[in-house]
Amino acid sequence: MSIRERLSGNEAIAVAMRQINPDVVAAFPITPSTEIPQYFSQFVSNGQVQTEFVAVESEHSAMSACIGAQAAGARTMTATSANGLALMWEMLYIASAMKLPITLSCVNRALSGPLNIHNDHSDSMGARDSGWIQLYSETNQEAYDNLLQAIRIAEHKDVQLPVMVCQDGFITSHAVENIELLEDEKVKEFVGEYKPDHYLLNHKEPIAVGPLDLPAHCFEHKREQAQSMINAKKVILEVAKEFEKLTGRKYEYFEKYNLDDAEIAIVIINSSAGTAKTVVDKLRDNGIKAGLLKIRMFRPFPADEIAEALKNVKALAVMDKAESYSAIGGPVGAEVKSALYGKADGIKVLNYIYGLGGRDVRADDIEEVYNSLMDIVKTGQIGEIYRYVGVRG
Amino acid sequence: MAYNLKQVMNKPERLTGGHRMCAGCGAPVTVRTVLRALKPEDHAVCCSATGCLEVSTFLYPYTAWKDSFIHSAFENAGATLSGAEAAYTALRRKGRMNESYKFIAFGGDGGTYDIGLQSLSGAMERGHDMVYICYDNEAYMNTGIQRSSGTPRYADTTTSPQGTEMPGKMQYKKDLTGVMAAHRIPYVAQSTLTSNFKDLYEKSEKAIYTKGPAFMNVLSPCPRGWRYNTPDLMEICKLAVETCIWPLYEVEDGKWKLNYKPKKKLPITEYLKPQGRFKHLFTDENRHLIDNIQEDIDKKWEELLKKCGEDS
Repeated sequence: MSIRERLSGNEAIAVAMRQINPDVVAAFPITPSTEIPQYFSQFVSNGQVQTEFVAVESEHSAMSACIGAQAAGARTMTATSANGLALMWEMLYIASAMKLPITLSCVNRALSGPLNIHNDHSDSMGARDSGWIQLYSETNQEAYDNLLQAIRIAEHKDVQLPVMVCQDGFITSHAVENIELLEDEKVKEFVGEYKPDHYLLNHKEPIAVGPLDLPAHCFEHKREQAQSMINAKKVILEVAKEFEKLTGRKYEYFEKYNLDDAEIAIVIINSSAGTAKTVVDKLRDNGIKAGLLKIRMFRPFPADEIAEALKNVKALAVMDKAESYSAIGGPVGAEVKSALYGKADGIKVLNYIYGLGGRDVRADDIEEVYNSLMDIVKTGQIGEIYRYVGVRG
Repeated sequence: MAYNLKQVMNKPERLTGGHRMCAGCGAPVTVRTVLRALKPEDHAVCCSATGCLEVSTFLYPYTAWKDSFIHSAFENAGATLSGAEAAYTALRRKGRMNESYKFIAFGGDGGTYDIGLQSLSGAMERGHDMVYICYDNEAYMNTGIQRSSGTPRYADTTTSPQGTEMPGKMQYKKDLTGVMAAHRIPYVAQSTLTSNFKDLYEKSEKAIYTKGPAFMNVLSPCPRGWRYNTPDLMEICKLAVETCIWPLYEVEDGKWKLNYKPKKKLPITEYLKPQGRFKHLFTDENRHLIDNIQEDIDKKWEELLKKCGEDS
């Protein structure tokens, strides 16, 4: 029997970490993910985990210590947000290139500047090409479930890549929701023990990690790294299947909500999907064929599957809670449009920027987006494709 | 047991020959001496900051390191190795390993005095059972001899070049050993390659086998940057000690101890003269700069003697 609880998103992550009982956690506090190392260090202090908690002096050192620990043969975890993730940047790329299955809980927050502690996705979207697998979570339940699956995905022999599990700062990290937890024993069994093939603390086989890698070999190594990301697609579904058997909760690359017969649809990530679903319900009640696609797995990017899922839509809005200052839209917009090209041509696609710096995303805002899509279907006129919603002026 | 060079040299090498460090470079000699202080039965995880040492000893697919080795970036040898040490603590606590490991990080003055100072300070403050060795060659040698905060005053480097208005680096050398002593960690020492490596060997042994964090600052000359004759490495080190520009001392549990006091302190010109980086000081108009250096050395030497409870 699973355990019914009421937890905030940060608590859910900390509980998952307690149940995983990793060997090493190295973290530095930053709003809104601070509570994760706080709760976790209490578990350490109370002897509820046997983890070595390294209270580092910066996020750069957090990721550096994670790299040292995971390379040494320890299952290692961390958590951060915004500028903390940015300070880790250099090390994110090194962690993935070293094929170290570290897991990181990213509580999404606007990246400075200006300084702002509230939610958008500019932090993790900036790290989208760092070689980390990225899973996004609409609810506290999804954040918890994704983190448990992340361990299995990261450590899979065909993958061995770090995984970032993202959720929205404050909106889910600090909001208490009903949640179903697995029993500690079941989590232990599900994640298993970390058994790397090669690691620093293996006295039978000393190894060297992190060489100078010149043109004669570096390209092959980068190609192998890219293959791991390709392999991750299959593994993510396998792990989800196993997780579904255990919990009854189904996970895929993305969630389709009233999408199969939809004429208009939006693509969205994280908690705003919840708001958007209520709008879809309302539109459906009025006989409007509205649908939604919520991306769970952004890296690797499920391009073919997204094109297949959206191919019958007439007008589409891709929602980006991050700017990319390309003057043509945001990062999710760029990926989705490129996925559709040549596979689902003819769909009229808008790219909206919304909710930057924690601006509330109201049902009215989402409805405005669907109304624009309806106009496009009616008139055939698309107009400006790079749009903002919910911003003054 | 008394130090016996022959015996020590017969211990198995843990950094093999064939690496690509320059002839006459102090760094690999420092590394080999430090690693020789390990008991042969003990395993080690070594770590290096990005720098000459790293790129010359671990060029894929070759490594000169017989022990496990990790390099991740420039500014984080302290943090990276502290993670490996944390893993060791956790795996032993969980009963997943029994072997004994020691943890030794190496960084140049760039990776230690400057870009890696925060990470080093954090690792030492947290109390990891590890040793951090700074092989101080007094400039960013890997990128081509740029000044660091470890570069001595008036040295000619590529970013503090001596010119018509400025006689090389205008600032003093940072007292990193003092900074680390202020961390109040169990063991801090300053050493270099002298007296058959006795000083460095014995300090390394102490640093490695003292429980908790230890830091050693080892002057490790660079023939390219300092512009001395490559066979003169040991002579340069000796002159650094005999002129008291690089005194040998250690701070054990907060207690300062001088390890060598020259019978007659040599004038600093003896040390500066064989080095091309100070060549511009030996002109009539720059002579007073050498006097400045000498005054500074004398002042700091007196301060050190006082800290160590020695008569001047």
